[in-house]
Amino acid sequence: MSDSPAKRALLDPIVDDNPVTLHVLGICSALAVTTSLLPSLYMCVALTVVASLANASVSAIRKVLPGSIRIIVQMTIIASLVIVVDESLKAFAYETSRELSVFVGLIITNCIVLGRTESFGSKNPIGLSFLDGLGNGLGYSVILILVATCRELLGKGTLLGYTILPNVADGGWYIPNGMMLLPPSAFFVIGLIIWAVRTWKAEQVEEQEYRIHEVHRTEAH
Amino acid sequence: MPEVRKQPVKRESVPRTLLVAFFVSLVCSSLVASAAVVLKPLQVANALLDVRKNILEVAGLMEPGADVNALFAAIEARVVDLETGAYVDDVDPETFDPVRAKRDPELSIEVPAELDVARVGRRAKRARIYLVREDGEVTRIILPVSGYGLWSTLYGFLALEPDGNTVADIVFYAHAETAGIGDFVTKAAWRARWPGKRVYDEEGALRLEVFKGRATADDPLSDYRVDGVSGATLTGNGVTNLIRYWLGDHGYGPFLRNIRGEES
Repeated sequence: MSDSPAKRALLDPIVDDNPVTLHVLGICSALAVTTSLLPSLYMCVALTVVASLANASVSAIRKVLPGSIRIIVQMTIIASLVIVVDESLKAFAYETSRELSVFVGLIITNCIVLGRTESFGSKNPIGLSFLDGLGNGLGYSVILILVATCRELLGKGTLLGYTILPNVADGGWYIPNGMMLLPPSAFFVIGLIIWAVRTWKAEQVEEQEYRIHEVHRTEAH
Repeated sequence: MPEVRKQPVKRESVPRTLLVAFFVSLVCSSLVASAAVVLKPLQVANALLDVRKNILEVAGLMEPGADVNALFAAIEARVVDLETGAYVDDVDPETFDPVRAKRDPELSIEVPAELDVARVGRRAKRARIYLVREDGEVTRIILPVSGYGLWSTLYGFLALEPDGNTVADIVFYAHAETAGIGDFVTKAAWRARWPGKRVYDEEGALRLEVFKGRATADDPLSDYRVDGVSGATLTGNGVTNLIRYWLGDHGYGPFLRNIRGEES
């Protein structure tokens, strides 16, 4: 990684400081919308737009923002941006917006957005905050796309609606795994991704808070 | 936003807090309001397109990737007076607004409580129905229906064969039933159970219903019974109720009697 702060703000959250795999945030929407790839892509765009603009806006008023109302002001900004994004989806991507239903609205409660505005946007300059929001949105997107690809491919044999693995029902050879379309499978896939990332980047493994102590027979009296 | 200077007003003072809260609210509310106003026409157009797509679907004319509005031109809209069951020609079916008619006390009536099984509340005196024609002959009659399920009002279209008695298809395009359970009403597998079912028996009594359990072949009523979905009985009952109301005497009953050519 380069040491330029802008590049670090943008690129670190993609693998080294990923909001989903390292901080395990934003899991609810990752479980809900990832049954197929297309709604997941829209969800990624929506979250990335909200995260970067909210982070930049909070940063823009960080010097005048009184500490006593800072969380509620951040929530107001995030909520407004989410409504604008939700309304735009209803206007420009009606079908997908119906499929996403409440989950775009629930970006308001996504910990990634408030987490970044509170820990980064409220302390750093506007440009850097925008890049940090963008980077975190992209980090979330990478995981969402990976999970959605696994689930749609194994669950339906398609990607973006196009048949990749021809189903037995349509005369092909692939027996779709229906479990991949149920929310628990997203847990498994995210778990496997976290395991893979932490095997590759061992420094992300958390220190155990508690270790079972092995006691020798002779000590135990 | 006020200019930030080094020494003056303390950041935490009460006036400063109120001022910041006021400006943030002002900016955010105008942002949300303008987005809602600017995007409204597009959203309305999308909703209309979606309804048309569902009408084409139930008409059996929908082709994937086709231009919905072009296909929709082939469908004839007519306005029906529900009390007499006759077509009325003094309003243009294109501009007739069923939603507004339902709200207008002049153009709508209260549904008597004992008849209101589908919890419709009020209904417009007139309804817009759709006819599909092939070489001039009517091939399907499409009736808008609505009624309360478990949590929400279901909105859909029921298509009948030209005999006014045989179900051709049914779609529901708006509801808020339990996702994964009550939303079976929109599933293709359930929709496929409807075509061929009959609405009225020989005596003209309304028999069509969603049946709890599986209708067996030797059941004399199997022609009138659509299998329900276990675990979603109340949504299924809602569908039965809306059929009972809308195809009954207070709904499209008189109109369908005219179609079947029976004396009322």
